Amino acid sequence: MGISLEKDNRVLIVKLDGDIDHHTVEKYKNRIDDEYEKNNCKHIIFDFGQVGFLDSSGIGMIIGRYKNTVQKNGKTAVAGMGECILRIYNMSGLSKIIDQYDSLSEAVEYIK
Amino acid sequence: MEILNEVNIVMDAKSENESFARMVAAGFIARLDPTLAELNEVKTAVSEAVTNAVIHGYDSENLGKISLKLTLDSDNTVTIIISDNGKGISNIEEAMQPLYTSKPEMERSGMGFTVMEMFMDSTDVSSEKGLGTTITMTKKLRASGDE
Repeated sequence: MGISLEKDNRVLIVKLDGDIDHHTVEKYKNRIDDEYEKNNCKHIIFDFGQVGFLDSSGIGMIIGRYKNTVQKNGKTAVAGMGECILRIYNMSGLSKIIDQYDSLSEAVEYIK
Repeated sequence: MEILNEVNIVMDAKSENESFARMVAAGFIARLDPTLAELNEVKTAVSEAVTNAVIHGYDSENLGKISLKLTLDSDNTVTIIISDNGKGISNIEEAMQPLYTSKPEMERSGMGFTVMEMFMDSTDVSSEKGLGTTITMTKKLRASGDE
């Protein structure tokens, strides 16, 4: 499976792997939202360390979850983005509103 | 200019074929020994165009077909034509505006055409309402190839 969800206090850690496109995003969105609500999480960290491909559907997924965290006064962070993924991420302008970290551990440290 | 290779594929307009179309495009240019960046750009542009056809061409419900045509010219230019017989785009100029989306409720980012234009050398859209949309993209690969 290309997604695993972990909870660390009120931080939901979303570990993704493989390709993130419209097809996979449609499967992941609800799982992330359900887990976020069920566990009363506040923040979300996306770990892209094992992701090899991301297109604009993946950008849409991040924006949607970012909006959810804003409603709870929480933060969203992304970690582990490789060069190819960073390119489209920076193009989207999300880098201006969502912090990006080299590693998951750095993101966890910042967001706690 | 001589055509060195050509591939034509017709697939169901299903979201699972988005990754299939990317892999076909990647495989098609692989022999030219593209850089990782070039490979990623072509894959992403194809993904955006096929996703548009699945979501907007057929509204994700009425299952139609998407055709993918890849051509390689002797000057290392790959031409990618992705077309559907879906509902068409009524206002192409508006659809191509950065961040415009006709489906904000689906969390579409509105970046699809912008990504195609940024990652490919040329992106041309033709569409007729009720008849479908054709996207033609070209990219000249820097790679020298081994042939």
